[in-house]
Amino acid sequence: MSAAQRTAVVAPVRRRSVTLGLSATGCVAALVVIALLVLAVIGPMLAPYPPGAIVTDDLFGPMSRAHLFGTDYLGRDMLSRILESARYTLGIALPAAALASLTGTSLGMLAASAGGLTDAALSRAMDTLICFPSIIFSLVVVAACGSSVTVLILTAGVIYTPGCFRIVRSIATDISAKDFVHAARARGERSPAIVLEEILPNMVAPILTDFGLRFVFIVLLLSSLSFLGLGIQPPYSDWGGLVRENLDGLSSGAPAVLIPAICIAVLTVSINLLIDSLPSRKGARRG
Amino acid sequence: MDDAAAPYVEVSGLCVVGREDGAAPVPIIIDLNFAIARGEVLALIGESGSGKTTAALALMGYARRGCSITAGHVRVGITDVLALPPHGLTAYRGRNVTYVAQSAAASFNPSQRIMSQVIEPALVHGLMSRGEAEDKARMLFRALALPDPEGVGSRYPHQVSGGQLQRLMAAMALITGPDLVILDEPTTALDVTTQIEVLWAFRNVVRQLHTTAVYVSHDLPVVAQLADRVVVLHGGKEQETAPIATILHEAEHPYTRSLLAAAKPSSKVASTPVAADAKRDVLAISGLVAGYGGLDAQGMPRFPVLHDIGFGIGPGSVLGVIGESGCGKSTLAQVIAGLLPAAHGTMLLDGRELPRRVAERTPEQLQAVQIVFQMADVALNPARTVAGILARPLKFYHGMRGAAARRRVAELLDMVHLSLQLAERYPDELSGGQKQRVNLARALAAEPKLILCDEVTSALDTIVAAAVLELLAELRRELGVALMFISHDLSTIRAICDQVMVLYAGRAVEAGPRATLESKPMHPYTELLLASVPELRTDWLDGIERAALEEASAGLTMEDLHRPCPFFRRCPVHLPGLCDVQPPPVQRLSKGAAIACHRTEDELRQAQ
Amino acid sequence: MADASAATGSGTIRVSASHSVVLGLILRRTGLSLLLLLTVSIVVFAGTELLPGDVAQIVLGQSATPDALAGLRLTLHLDQPAWHRYFTWLFGLLTLNPGESLVNNMPVADLVGGRLGNSLLLASLTTLVTVPLALLIGITAAVWRGSPYDRTVNLLTVAAVSVPEFLFATSAVLIFAVHLHWLPALSYAADADSFSGLLRSFALPVGTLAVAIFPQMARMTRAALISTLGSSYIEMAVLKGVRPVRLILRHALPNALGPIANAIALSLSFLLGGIVVVESVFNYPGLAKLMVDAVSTRDMPLVQACAMIFCSGYLLLVLTADIVAILSNPRLRYR
Repeated sequence: MSAAQRTAVVAPVRRRSVTLGLSATGCVAALVVIALLVLAVIGPMLAPYPPGAIVTDDLFGPMSRAHLFGTDYLGRDMLSRILESARYTLGIALPAAALASLTGTSLGMLAASAGGLTDAALSRAMDTLICFPSIIFSLVVVAACGSSVTVLILTAGVIYTPGCFRIVRSIATDISAKDFVHAARARGERSPAIVLEEILPNMVAPILTDFGLRFVFIVLLLSSLSFLGLGIQPPYSDWGGLVRENLDGLSSGAPAVLIPAICIAVLTVSINLLIDSLPSRKGARRG
Repeated sequence: MDDAAAPYVEVSGLCVVGREDGAAPVPIIIDLNFAIARGEVLALIGESGSGKTTAALALMGYARRGCSITAGHVRVGITDVLALPPHGLTAYRGRNVTYVAQSAAASFNPSQRIMSQVIEPALVHGLMSRGEAEDKARMLFRALALPDPEGVGSRYPHQVSGGQLQRLMAAMALITGPDLVILDEPTTALDVTTQIEVLWAFRNVVRQLHTTAVYVSHDLPVVAQLADRVVVLHGGKEQETAPIATILHEAEHPYTRSLLAAAKPSSKVASTPVAADAKRDVLAISGLVAGYGGLDAQGMPRFPVLHDIGFGIGPGSVLGVIGESGCGKSTLAQVIAGLLPAAHGTMLLDGRELPRRVAERTPEQLQAVQIVFQMADVALNPARTVAGILARPLKFYHGMRGAAARRRVAELLDMVHLSLQLAERYPDELSGGQKQRVNLARALAAEPKLILCDEVTSALDTIVAAAVLELLAELRRELGVALMFISHDLSTIRAICDQVMVLYAGRAVEAGPRATLESKPMHPYTELLLASVPELRTDWLDGIERAALEEASAGLTMEDLHRPCPFFRRCPVHLPGLCDVQPPPVQRLSKGAAIACHRTEDELRQAQ
Repeated sequence: MADASAATGSGTIRVSASHSVVLGLILRRTGLSLLLLLTVSIVVFAGTELLPGDVAQIVLGQSATPDALAGLRLTLHLDQPAWHRYFTWLFGLLTLNPGESLVNNMPVADLVGGRLGNSLLLASLTTLVTVPLALLIGITAAVWRGSPYDRTVNLLTVAAVSVPEFLFATSAVLIFAVHLHWLPALSYAADADSFSGLLRSFALPVGTLAVAIFPQMARMTRAALISTLGSSYIEMAVLKGVRPVRLILRHALPNALGPIANAIALSLSFLLGGIVVVESVFNYPGLAKLMVDAVSTRDMPLVQACAMIFCSGYLLLVLTADIVAILSNPRLRYR
């Protein structure tokens, strides 16, 4: 019994950090993302001018005290335009990413746990969707259905579902092969309980990471669509649309064209850096 | 052994630390000193985490990622290894000191032919021409008793068996005629009947070439066959250094003694079987056939794994199932647990039919049979605390929750001798032994009649494994639970089981009371298996006949699986024209065991 | 692999060396790609023709006259059942005659023909620039992983992956064309009379595309090589005294070939998306620009044909990577 007690005493305690364990870069990135989300919600209230109002004759005006981000091709205040458009950029990308994550996760789980014909059918369907470069798929849909907010959310949601599906399915298949899932099955638990109690709790981190990535892709896709003039239609606009509107100001280096582009980059780069700095939960190898 | 003349290899004050990202450095080796004389084999003995591999690698001036050598001197011949510049190390490694890794299968590059990898050290160090190197390699292949020494070099690693790869790696290590060879657990990944041949080959080559070697292992009986002297390591510190005979017979350090105690079969653990006369078996199985892939026209699985298995387990008794990798012993546990439905056969639980599929079983039946898996690491859900893991079956089987469940969790932890403080820990915060205890506690939570233990001690260090074994014996004594104990390790089976069944290629070749393993005659495979287990004495390997080795090294092939008797090709007493035509009949021996063999008891007695 | 459980460790499963296994795998993979292409065509067709409501109305808009609508319905064969139209269209695709453009009444094949060549030129030039660069950076970053160099590469590539192509494009125009006057802001393949002219007119679009897809490729190459460098046989080679260059070239790269081919193919598929924006920005007369214009004018036959070409391009890339992976795996070549 002495040996038994010895093992009980020698318990390696590993610290489970209270902070998220983010690096300095990660913390800054997280703050930027949160700030942008808050701005999208309360932004219009902070806008110095009504977003649609033409407030000056100075087209493509430079940054000034009156117009922090300069003025656009019609003489509207860019800061107000940016704050207004944030709602479209984030307000479409967020639900679209959520849609992609939700359908991708549920279908991926279904494929992994049901296996057989269900898995084969779902996987082939997803393979078909994956063949479409995302912007090509969007172009086809826009050609057919126009580009209302609903259509954009659905399109972006659908085209990024397969990516999430594949990741979830492969991780869930890996976990299903683990002995703790076999143990639950041998205990007599049913599939839904096994998915919810045993598999899903181990997938929260990868699903959230994937959600972040999908979100970035969707922001980029929708901005590109708007930049091509096929996204949100005037008078409304997202950041990509603002770049397009003010493209004529490019030759003079107007802030009106650069600032919205930079806004997009700040958002997506921050999210990517945040994801990149998430601590991976793998211990080092010891011999 | 410490001569006045400077020893050939000398390590002094060696310190190695490991560093995880951001965490404080952890010492892995602390102030290690040892010396090796020319032509001597020194063993580094220790359990996992003792730093034995790290110490061996330091002899090559190498530290794995995340580790660094912080202090000390390593001298091999006239080379001060730790003072070498990077290009000096490259010239030194593989030339002066060579390495044989634990897993040859992973250590051979899958995309290159074997010969080019074996001769690579000789070529990159510019020691000989390609032709000379290949000749020397073939010479070494012969010395290492490899089958087909001429042709094996042109194969790819995946085309060669594990035991052969291990010997090929030894050839790679010897080709440059190094000053020192490091053998790092070279036989640990092998089956016993394969290990014996590899050991024999290593020992012969080392003796022939007067090689100076470091043998890293956790396995004392294996080390006893090769080593001249032993350094016992624990927690990165040297515990005891002595000649092998001294270690075996008059070890001083308490840790060394506990290692020795754990390595010796301690049959005191096993109690005599509970009077199994009146009551019927908890589990009775007959004619069991199972496998993978769909069923064919005759109702046989496409890849059959188990053939016509039958046995019974009495209440509170322990059935040991022994066999080597691929014999189907884990499949048997899965079939009984209902995870892999059997294709044929009947299973009776307490005399009543047990459905083949887990989904068709009643809650009582599910509760009565519990399974404990080998790898404690993956058998516990990493996202749940210990309390959460144990609460799950309590709720599922007994509808227990809240305070009642918490009380029961505490009782269960107590039963497996774990502190209540561990309840809120996550699995990755537990040691291997602790995880396996939680695993057992989870099975006990169901209050089962039978626990299927699938290699539950195999992944554990010997001392920890011995303690878990002791716990199992105690639980069986106090709770009266029956066990099916699956293992590849004879001493473990001997220590705990009342009945044993020997599996070979999915067939039961011998079954009977525990004593059947002690008395001859026995099935030829059982005999081979018993003869292959290294014993804790230095002259064991010398007593092995060369003929027995040839059978052992043959291993199991795909063709064997389709023979009426799969052991036919390896069997020393096979009868061509009978054994390869008709399936062997089951016969009862006078010692009380049943074997599947064409040979009569008298014939076997004479042969053995 | 199901039989692996039956005979692991103890015995070797040896089937006579056969190339038919490899060939069979490749044929299977190719067949699967063709099947996927078929389902893609169904999606494209259904997405553009089986809309709720009247396709003719959608194409012509609310202000169309009844006569024009009736005329268009006839041209589109809307009187026939959908499956009939699908098979007519599919047959047309297979015989390189995917119908007529609705906007300028030219055969789609003619419109696509010239443009496809331009786009392929742009794509191949970009590939030529990107692949060696990405391999070099990815491999060196993997070899010196954890070094300041690796961390810098990591930071830059993370940033570059998340920046939209049009930002690169517009900044490039701003810097090189507007401020420095080194290069023309717009690119016309027709300008390319001399070599320097070609170089000048392609520099911006190729550069932009390269910057857009190169980070992804470098990151994936790095990841593929790092997972190989973690193998036991690499450690073994180090312990044999193999020098770093030989270690990478002889031991690591041959085993990472499959994953790296996969990384390159996937990154190049981003090129298919990126080219849409780049052709638009630089007014490059390629297929993507044609498709964007067709979308604005709702020229459905043209949109369908372009979509099919882009999807085939993706499938071809992935198929090539799979075949490279199959061919580079000795376990499949020698059983």
